[in-house]
Amino acid sequence: MKIEYYLYLAIALFCIGVVGVLTRRNAIIIFMCIELMLNAANLLLVAFSKMYHAAGVAQNPMAGIDGQLFVFFIMVVAAAEVSVGLAIIVMLYRNTHSVDINFLNRLKH
Amino acid sequence: MKNIFQLVWLVPLLPFAGFLLNGLFRKKLSKSLSGLIGCATILGAFAISVALFMEVKSSGGQVVHLFDFIAVKGFKIPFDFQVDALSSLFLLIITGVGFLIHVYSTSYMHEETSDHFARYFAYLNLFVFSMLLLVLGANFVILFIGWEGVGLCSYLLIGYWFKNTDYTNAAKKAFIMNRIGDLGFLLAVFWMINQFGTVTFSEVFAKVGGTPVMIITGMTLLLFVGATGKSAQIPLYTWLPDAMAGPTPVSALIHAATMVTAGVYMIARSHVMFSAAPITMNVIAIIGLATALLAGTIALYQNDIKKVLAYSTVSQLGFMFLAIGVGAYTTAVFHVMTHAFFKALLFLGAGSVIHAMGGEQDITKMGGLSKKIPVTYWTFLIGVLAISGFPFTSGFVSKDEILLAAFEHSKLLFWGGVAGAILTAFYMFRLLNLTFFGKFRNTEEKAHHVHESSASMTIPLAVLALLSLVGGLIQLPHIFGGHPYLNEFLAPAVKVPGGEAEGAATTEYMLLGGTVIGLAIIYFITRKLYAVDAFSGVYEGFRKVLANKWYVDEIYEAIIVKPIRWIGKKVVLFTENEVIDWIVNGVGKGVQLASRQLRLVQSGQVGSYVLLMVISILVFFAVQFLFKK
Repeated sequence: MKIEYYLYLAIALFCIGVVGVLTRRNAIIIFMCIELMLNAANLLLVAFSKMYHAAGVAQNPMAGIDGQLFVFFIMVVAAAEVSVGLAIIVMLYRNTHSVDINFLNRLKH
Repeated sequence: MKNIFQLVWLVPLLPFAGFLLNGLFRKKLSKSLSGLIGCATILGAFAISVALFMEVKSSGGQVVHLFDFIAVKGFKIPFDFQVDALSSLFLLIITGVGFLIHVYSTSYMHEETSDHFARYFAYLNLFVFSMLLLVLGANFVILFIGWEGVGLCSYLLIGYWFKNTDYTNAAKKAFIMNRIGDLGFLLAVFWMINQFGTVTFSEVFAKVGGTPVMIITGMTLLLFVGATGKSAQIPLYTWLPDAMAGPTPVSALIHAATMVTAGVYMIARSHVMFSAAPITMNVIAIIGLATALLAGTIALYQNDIKKVLAYSTVSQLGFMFLAIGVGAYTTAVFHVMTHAFFKALLFLGAGSVIHAMGGEQDITKMGGLSKKIPVTYWTFLIGVLAISGFPFTSGFVSKDEILLAAFEHSKLLFWGGVAGAILTAFYMFRLLNLTFFGKFRNTEEKAHHVHESSASMTIPLAVLALLSLVGGLIQLPHIFGGHPYLNEFLAPAVKVPGGEAEGAATTEYMLLGGTVIGLAIIYFITRKLYAVDAFSGVYEGFRKVLANKWYVDEIYEAIIVKPIRWIGKKVVLFTENEVIDWIVNGVGKGVQLASRQLRLVQSGQVGSYVLLMVISILVFFAVQFLFKK
């Protein structure tokens, strides 16, 4: 498949993520949108990795493989981040009975 | 034997080591030890100077390269020492007379506490070090380092008794007057760098020939401004009489061996440039003569023993510049040498008198001391005879040469010089009579305390007296059976077109006869006027103008100091209150205002933060995209 399709998909995913973060008020949905953006980046990495692998495998069997390695790292870090972020959201809900970010405006203090 | 020229760096380094030792350990050293360090270092420098002098005499001078002082692209100032006839002669004068003054000081300053005593010797050593650097430097920048050094040390030593405000003011005056002159010198050096691209003596002098006379005239005039400051000529001479605030041996050091001779040395060193600028030469001759006469008239009616000697120094320096102005450089250097002998002798003698009188400096309150302190009296008498030009003493030979040189140049300068010489004889005999003859004009109690000084003070006096007597013989004119050895010695370093003047036999005899008759007349007049039982020292009419130094200090105060103070006050009011305060307060206010606006960004709304982030990233991408190349 041509690389452009992957690019369009990744851009679409990323824009959905950005718009979601900007417009939604529910912290959990914002969280999901952030994951969406991360995965858009992952998709790009994998796509380009495959492309370069196909082009350079004759000279080097490991060509372009490092892009996929990055993806694994991002997945691991994202999982860790999700666990911490969800824990924070759970604690917030317990204290305030709300996950509305407009209500949670105490970051300036 | 190893080449003695390679040891030349020891000459200034020894006094510098003495300065460091005495300066750093002044609280720990005993008086005798710090005195020993002070004297021994100078003696060591003197020993090497003698060896250098002998070497220069037999095999000529050379330039010793030590290291590169400043090296940038296309321009280099090496730290070189130039050892030739001129500098080796000055080395001898500085270290020789300097050593005697150091020895004298160990006794004269003995009443000081030990740390102040060490401080005194530290300054004294630093002074000698600076002067040696000045004389040895092979380019104008090294010379300038020493030049500034002696200025600093004169400040430190004149203000040695810093608890007295008058003394510190005198020190400041000396420093500021010197700074004015230094500015001229510095400008000349900058001009040289700009014009020639070098400051090394030999290279600068080689290029003088191909340079327009106007430029050389400008440079030499600026250099001469520097010399007027250091060597106390009109208009910058007023610091020298005030420099009497320092201890008496310091006055001897400043006036005889160092400092004031720096200007003469500098001009003799760069005589190639000065000879190429006739206008400058005329200016120098006129200023020199005017200074000699002005200071001579002032000295006639001073009542402070040191003030008389101070003005006599200014006057004698005027003679040196007169000699330079008429092109007789070696004669000027010769007079520097003889003057170093008899002026050091006179100052040290005056110190001995002051010591005997328990700190009294007013000659109206002295008198009749010749019996009480005979050694001081006899040596002082020799000094007076030498400076007045008594036949065959050192002062006679050198002054005689100056007058002859002036005679060949212009009759007017000659008669002016004669008038100056008569003034010299007059005020010196007045001083002699008031101090040593007549009746003791002080309290009975003081009369009991008058005592001769110790051996460490009288031996330097005796040595200097001997030098004052015979120092002129190395340059005695042919008709008196002498030979100009000094001129011969200096010839390689100070090349004078046409050679030095030597008068015809008749002129010499006329000068000799005139001197004897003149001195006799002056002796009887002063004897009658001043060897008296009571002397008030108060003057009326025109004499009062002279006693008040022509009111030059007052005039300077009125036309220079006061306007500058006034301007300073106004400028302070404006810049301090308006400009600087405005800037400082403005910065504070601006920060406050900006932060008040910027604070609104921090709203606490997560949405707005994220929006800002996204917008920033977009801007970042846009910038990357637009300015990629």
